Amino acid sequence: MSGNLLDNLFIFMLAGFIGFEVIKHVSPLLHTPLMSLTNALDAIAVVGAIVLAGEHKSNMAAILGTIAVVAATSNIVGGFLITDRMLKMFKVGSKPGKGGKS
Amino acid sequence: MSESFAVPQIVIEVIYLVASALFILSLRWLSSPKTARHGVLAGEVGMLLAIGGTLLHHGIIDYKWIAIALVLGSIIGVPLGRVAMTAVPQRTAISHAFGALCVTLVGTAEYYLRAPNVPPFMMAVLGMEVILGSLTFTGSLMAAGKLQEILPQRPLTYRGQNFVNLSLLAVAIGLAIYLVVHPEAKFVFPFIVGIPLLFGISMVIPIGGADMPTVISLLNAYAGLSAAAMGFVLNSKLLIIAGALDGSSGFILSVIMSKAMNRSFANVIFGAFGQVAAAAGGAEEAKQVRSATAEEAAAILSAANKVVIVPGYGMAVAQAQHKVRELFDALSKRGVDVKFAIHPVAGRMPGHMNVLLAEADIPYDRLLDMDEINGDFPQTDVTLVIGANDVTNPAARTDASSPIFGMPILDVDKSRTVMVIKRGMSPGFAGIDNPLYYLEKTLMLFGDAKGFVGNIVRELGGGQG
Repeated sequence: MSGNLLDNLFIFMLAGFIGFEVIKHVSPLLHTPLMSLTNALDAIAVVGAIVLAGEHKSNMAAILGTIAVVAATSNIVGGFLITDRMLKMFKVGSKPGKGGKS
Repeated sequence: MSESFAVPQIVIEVIYLVASALFILSLRWLSSPKTARHGVLAGEVGMLLAIGGTLLHHGIIDYKWIAIALVLGSIIGVPLGRVAMTAVPQRTAISHAFGALCVTLVGTAEYYLRAPNVPPFMMAVLGMEVILGSLTFTGSLMAAGKLQEILPQRPLTYRGQNFVNLSLLAVAIGLAIYLVVHPEAKFVFPFIVGIPLLFGISMVIPIGGADMPTVISLLNAYAGLSAAAMGFVLNSKLLIIAGALDGSSGFILSVIMSKAMNRSFANVIFGAFGQVAAAAGGAEEAKQVRSATAEEAAAILSAANKVVIVPGYGMAVAQAQHKVRELFDALSKRGVDVKFAIHPVAGRMPGHMNVLLAEADIPYDRLLDMDEINGDFPQTDVTLVIGANDVTNPAARTDASSPIFGMPILDVDKSRTVMVIKRGMSPGFAGIDNPLYYLEKTLMLFGDAKGFVGNIVRELGGGQG
């Protein structure tokens, strides 16, 4: 148990630093998509909920797990969908038709 | 754990390992608009792998409810992914609420499955998980309500508010510590869910609309931390990593937002901006402003070489971004160099203005953030402010008595001419008068942002082709 705990703390620490380094480089332009994407990724909590709903160790656990799966799944689907929609809109200047300045 | 006939646990763990790597790549690719969509794809693949791997877990005996829940969640998720771009801030708040709900429910179920055999460290992270989860749940719902304007956007304050809030939080933490020592005290657990639920509501009540970017970012960080805590409870490294990534993202954004407002987290949460502002406003009012018509504005704009447009929440409210694009096109066609100056806290969430302008097809290389554009203002002929107020207020630089003194602003007053589209002379969200409006070089364009920009575009089209 305590071995696991320490391993997990190391992982948390390292992932935190990686997060800082990676996200520091995200341009302010994309801060809204950043938030919706991390939100979708965070919904990975669904794995815990799935196990809870599927193992059926108690009725209460199964019910809470099922609701949790619904909540997390809606975040996964909605989060990826809207992030991609937003990113599709970001275009560079030189496109034909509109304005057309250099 | 016991071996079984199903897929060995090591296979699932390897799948999780790949998913973790994909998640990190996903965020890495988001650093540039060019690779950002690969990032979404990497995230999606990682997610599918992780869910697929989890379904192979040997302990799962019943797939029926999982299937129903996955389908139901997708049905709810699709409309949440298709909301209008103007509704993105409230959508984001709602998704924080859902994420936090999931974490809280799982934490609650885990406690009752394990109690009374909960080791102290496990109970401590469980407590953290449900406290953060439940306060994020109601806090985000409140934020969404304010953003959707179901709830009043004005800060609601009362005497002793901070004392009540801090006490709620302290009691919840105290009870969680009690559970660490006495994990068998099952009757205590509902309180460490229920009290933070109340705290979430009372925490967001006093927060005004202009502070929403910071609050949403903070709630994002809490949601990530609570998911990471859940990872500790379930011994899931994937969840710890995803939670840490989300948490650090929320934290970085919170820091950027509060720096952009020159305020500390504590000041945002406990400061209730409105009060200070009310005391400061309402001084002298007989100052003169100069106003102009759409025709005059169009003439000035078309004579300029360099124009900077400063959009704010008012542009979003008036849904004026498409008219602004027409203005951008009309001026660009005349050879005017048009750029957009985006303040970090313009709008209601980080990056809000960029998304709206990108939706209106304005190329992203024209959208510059505060540090990039501030040096350009002295060489700018005309700055057009559309629905932004406090982020252009020069009092932040000069007037030490102003509540926003020290806040970094867009130096629009340094450009040669300033035009401000505004409904009337009412002060901005923070309730602070803006000396910019009384400058010699400033012209006020009174009217609705969408209508006024539309009129300017018409004038530009009507003039010499």
